[in-house]
Amino acid sequence: MRRLPFPLAFIAALVTGALLLAQGTPPPAPLVLVSRDGRRPVPTTMLSGQELIALDDVANLFQVSVREDALAGGVTVGYKGRTIVLSSDQPMASVNGQVVALPAPAVHAGRRWLVPVEFLSRALAPIYDSKIELRRASRLLIVGDLRVPRVVARIESPGPPTRVTVEATPAVTLTVAQGGPRLLARVDADAIDPTVPTAGAGLVEQIRAGDQPGTLVVQLRGGAGTPRTTIGSFDGGTRATIDVPAAGAPESVSAPPPPPLSTDPLPPFAASRPVLQTIVIDPGHGGDDSGVKGPNGTLEKQVTLDVGRRARTLIETRLGIRVILSRDEDRRVRLDERAAVANNSKADLFISLHANAALVPTVSGAEVFALGLDREGEEARRSAQTDSVALPVLGGGTRLIDVIRWDMAQAAHIEESSVLASMLEEELRTRVPMGPRPLQQAPQRVLVGANMPAALVEMGYLTSAPQEKQLTSVEFQTALTQALYEVVLRFRTYLEGRR
Amino acid sequence: MTRRWLTAVVVAVVVVVAGAWALTRGLEFLMRPATEAHAPATEPQQPSTVPHITATLFYTSEDGRYLVPVRREVPLAEGTVEQGKQIMLAQLEPATAPLVSAIPTGTTLRAFYVTDRGEAYVDLSPEASTMHPGGSAAELLTVYAIVNAVTANLPAIMRVQILLDGKEVDTLAGHMDLRRPLQRNESLVQPEG
Repeated sequence: MRRLPFPLAFIAALVTGALLLAQGTPPPAPLVLVSRDGRRPVPTTMLSGQELIALDDVANLFQVSVREDALAGGVTVGYKGRTIVLSSDQPMASVNGQVVALPAPAVHAGRRWLVPVEFLSRALAPIYDSKIELRRASRLLIVGDLRVPRVVARIESPGPPTRVTVEATPAVTLTVAQGGPRLLARVDADAIDPTVPTAGAGLVEQIRAGDQPGTLVVQLRGGAGTPRTTIGSFDGGTRATIDVPAAGAPESVSAPPPPPLSTDPLPPFAASRPVLQTIVIDPGHGGDDSGVKGPNGTLEKQVTLDVGRRARTLIETRLGIRVILSRDEDRRVRLDERAAVANNSKADLFISLHANAALVPTVSGAEVFALGLDREGEEARRSAQTDSVALPVLGGGTRLIDVIRWDMAQAAHIEESSVLASMLEEELRTRVPMGPRPLQQAPQRVLVGANMPAALVEMGYLTSAPQEKQLTSVEFQTALTQALYEVVLRFRTYLEGRR
Repeated sequence: MTRRWLTAVVVAVVVVVAGAWALTRGLEFLMRPATEAHAPATEPQQPSTVPHITATLFYTSEDGRYLVPVRREVPLAEGTVEQGKQIMLAQLEPATAPLVSAIPTGTTLRAFYVTDRGEAYVDLSPEASTMHPGGSAAELLTVYAIVNAVTANLPAIMRVQILLDGKEVDTLAGHMDLRRPLQRNESLVQPEG
């Protein structure tokens, strides 16, 4: 394991470096380097949507040489006789003669060279003596052969008793100790990659990463009794189940049996939980992204919002199902953010609404898309099937542990999404004209990150003048809304049948 | 007698000089229109000197529903990268009516390169996005006109990633995921017959 020096002066140098990178904007959260020497922030900057790191800082962190070739407009990074050649023209690097792709070219800003942070894992890692792993989602840069398990804490049931689970993947030694009004979960690892709930619930005020490496703190509220902890294992990891009873509650009531460690049985309260509690409807485009513009000026962003609002009203009032719109006003929402709205609200269904365009104005009709997987997606799906574990969730049902790549979450729901898309096509067909390809699979970007059954509806072609008129009419929008309502009903029945 | 000889010689010289003048200037004058009239025929005929390959390019069908494969002569180039550039340059040219180009007008090729994993990167100018009409259907045809053109003509290339202005992008118009290289899609190609 390579030891990296860590004097205080170096921190100052990093801070100075961060200030010098002021031509961009700081990232939403700092990138943290984890090595045998501890944790330290790595200065990065956001420029045109790319997170960049200065090669000066890379040189300091990894003891590499950086040599600019002004004539060729590039820069060469050297490490123990191995070289990486970067260009400001191409989003790629030549690593010891092998070409690797980068998300953006190197940027020459003043006297400094900035490269996408992916340079570290894609270009530097292959020639470096120690392992380099970039976990962008959790903002970690792991250097060396360290054990950094993913640790996910959840409040499964607010109770009381309040049930908290802490899961570490891969399997590690996990202990939970109580000290006053808090519990300390300690993972035997060099560091942890933690995911904690944003808010407390029941008798748990907060769950956060501990000050010491490899620890999580569960802060209890007043009125909490003595917690009971059960440590077990599941396929691929270790789980601690913590039940926090109310103070003075009898032991037998306050300590329900821990969840089964196998994936099949459900807890006793499972039957009472509706299979379809929350739906996210995603009105496509918005803000400065108008989407398709019809020949008479109708904007896709307005049609999708109109239909989304109508569908929300109908489904909420008739079915009592919570409906969240990914946007309820004319504003731009990034594609990742749309899926995040659904994931963070633990939605059971995600339907994205759009209006279509063709290069020929005679094409018309509605079309439904489910996500189509390429080779990489299929690999992610297989990985999800083999590595994931179904866990009981609040009120019943199961949810997969997210061991699949975060940006491929939909891969675990392909079959249910296909059923959903078929239902949408069938219900739309009875109410509105369908397009030339009424049901298809495609790499729809907005669906990729949705961790639930999801589909995208192109409600009609705005580039067709007659259909543009239809899409803005109350009758047509009502027909579309009715189709969505029927699909929710049918899909709920489908889910209940799978219990 | 001498005077007659002298007169004959002078006349003969005048006739020869006049004849020579007539032959040079007169013929030149007479020939000029004919030369101009045949000028195009004297232009070098390029095809015999530049070798070509027959490539399959993809355009939107007249009814706007499919990609139609069209065989076109494309200059032969050495190596996968150079041949790929020629194919993409041909693909970016306007379609012949009644077909329609699936790629927005004004889009140009910034770069084309390949990796050792059989992936090609097609770097297009921003017009591919800014001039795009939007919609899943149109975007699908745009993306796969490019992916299919590259993979159909370059056997070494299995997947294609589209870049815009030198950078990875999420989508062209808000729908198709371009963050990874894509495989060929035959389902969008118009069935024969």
